[in-house]
Amino acid sequence: MTKPFLSIELLTQQFPDGAGGTLTVFENSTFGVEQGEFVCILGHSGCGKSTIMNVLAGLAEPTSGTVIMDGELVSGPSLDRGVVFQNYSLLPWLSALKNVMFGVAARHQDWSKSEVQAHSEKYLAMVGLDGDAIHRKPSQLSGGMRQRVSIARAFANHPKLLLLDEPFGALDALTRGTIQDELLKIWNGTNQTVFMITHDIDEAILLADRILVMTNGPFARVAEAVEITIPRPRRREEIIDHPNYYAIRNHLVHFLGSRSKELAGQSGGGEVHSPETIRIDRTGTDTLEGDDDPTHQAQLRAVNE
Amino acid sequence: MVQKIDMRSTLLSLTILLVGIFIWHVTTHVPDTGPKGVVLSQTETDTLLGKKMLPEDIEYYSAQGVEFSQLEQIASLNLSRAMIEAAGGIRALGISVPDENSAPAPGSLFPSPSQIGSELWATVTDPFYVAGTNDMGYGIQMGYSLLRVLIGYSLSAAVAIPLGFLIGMSPMFYKALDPFIQVLKPISPLAWMPIALFTIGDSELSSIFVIFICSLWPMLTNTAFGVAGVRSDWVNVARTHELSTTKTALTVILPAAAPTIITGMRISIGIAWLVIVAAEMLVGGTGIGYVVWNEWNGLRLDRMIVAILLIGVVGMLLDAAFARLQRAVAYAE
Ligand SMILES: Nc1ncnc2c1ncn2[C@@H]1O[C@H](COP(=O)(O)OP(=O)(O)O)[C@@H](O)[C@H]1O
Ligand SMILES: [Mg+2]
Repeated sequence: MTKPFLSIELLTQQFPDGAGGTLTVFENSTFGVEQGEFVCILGHSGCGKSTIMNVLAGLAEPTSGTVIMDGELVSGPSLDRGVVFQNYSLLPWLSALKNVMFGVAARHQDWSKSEVQAHSEKYLAMVGLDGDAIHRKPSQLSGGMRQRVSIARAFANHPKLLLLDEPFGALDALTRGTIQDELLKIWNGTNQTVFMITHDIDEAILLADRILVMTNGPFARVAEAVEITIPRPRRREEIIDHPNYYAIRNHLVHFLGSRSKELAGQSGGGEVHSPETIRIDRTGTDTLEGDDDPTHQAQLRAVNE
Repeated sequence: MVQKIDMRSTLLSLTILLVGIFIWHVTTHVPDTGPKGVVLSQTETDTLLGKKMLPEDIEYYSAQGVEFSQLEQIASLNLSRAMIEAAGGIRALGISVPDENSAPAPGSLFPSPSQIGSELWATVTDPFYVAGTNDMGYGIQMGYSLLRVLIGYSLSAAVAIPLGFLIGMSPMFYKALDPFIQVLKPISPLAWMPIALFTIGDSELSSIFVIFICSLWPMLTNTAFGVAGVRSDWVNVARTHELSTTKTALTVILPAAAPTIITGMRISIGIAWLVIVAAEMLVGGTGIGYVVWNEWNGLRLDRMIVAILLIGVVGMLLDAAFARLQRAVAYAE
């Protein structure tokens, strides 16, 4: 079996729980992400999503387990893995443009300043920022504009893997919608592998090829990998009419509403936790393929309950 | 609104200044008309004339401040003025009159605003004269003081800021050096002076050393505090961009901690300026602190006050320069 582009193997993370014991956030978690895939990870607050992402970014060392990207072991942060943090993490003493240039200059140290600037301006324009606004400091920009700058900084570096930690969590619904569209537009053009944390089900369905859902912590697991069987390009006002939309959505709501709790809390005792693949398709044209797979049928039945 | 407040505050400052100068003027003002003359009424003059006192004698004594009752006593002596003076003056005859040579009214030794004003003008218009080792323009003396502060302070910054970075970035160094800092920091600047004079010997170097050691602590602790407090998100940005430690320190940590570092530098320059005056009073020779001491010993209070005023003004300018620097590196999150 060939390994996926990004392979997370037997990942375990423990922290001291503050009372002398250890808190196991997740244990022996194993999953993969294909090249060019847009994966969203969905789970309740505190289940360990950011912890996984920090390990993928190389910002944190896992207690045990490995992350392999493109055949290489991940250890320490790298320009190949761009990160968009929830709180934007722009450097407040630099203008929007200078923030993007900061990243581009780090990636392309042989470029002249004008090359760096031209490249940065191009990516800022892609997220709808140009003119006067790009010379403003982050404190003079709205939350939405800051997050655009942060996304531009990450995309401008063409990382092999783009990690986003609840990038739209702090934004109002309208702004979130606009930036989601911009994100999709850029992603379509680049075929970038994206791993994004969110707690918004609709956002995940709109953006992702596959949604990984996590049970509650401690001993959280990536329990399911739900395929989003809605063709691209997707538009938010059209996908809600797609026959699969509500089926997928209901499944996710059901999982987060009750099953994430039911499945939580037990140590697996050394057993490998891989997510079950869930494929929900109500279009009636694509159902035959999985029907002779018993596990697949069982999952479909679970969904239909 | 803001303009209105600005205008009012300026007005209030001016009023306080004027009232202060006025009080100062009133308390130090000495009229140069010797003792006050006594004005006699017509009936009093007539009484004295009736006692055969000569009109010119009446005028002479009353001008010296001799009261009517005492003039009556003088008249009853029935002596001519020449005889009285020959006998040693009216005081020798047991008549008390105001003493011309008694101590002047309190405050009159203290220079008045106008004296200070003219002295200040003389200083400002000719700040760089040299008329001997003990008589140089205050501009030159101020130059000596500033040079010492500049040298001691720069050396201090050159040590404190890198060391502060090290302490701020490494919890191990912080723990190791903290006890020393805590003990050395509260030592009074002047307590270092004898140690410096004993170990270094040279008074010039000693005062520079004292500036150095006193400027060190605020810069060191503020740099360490600022560096340690840099948001981990910003450091993570540097890490995900694979910046080297040096590059991270210069392009992320330095600008992030700059406001705190400059605050420390501003406190330090204030302390350095306080300390140099005291140090120069101790070691003597040159410098504005020595000037204050020297003018005090020569009882030239007017010149001493001018020197003190200039110390204040230069201190304010130094502080203002750092305030400007602080604004330049400030950022809003
Ligand atoms: N550095 C740490 N030390 C101790 N506990 C931590 C640390 N980081 C995260 N945790 C704990 O791990 C759990 C998962 O946190 P996190 O990954 O931030 O959750 P999420 O991003 O899914 O909301 C939480 O219970 C949190 O308290
Ligand atoms: Mg989180």
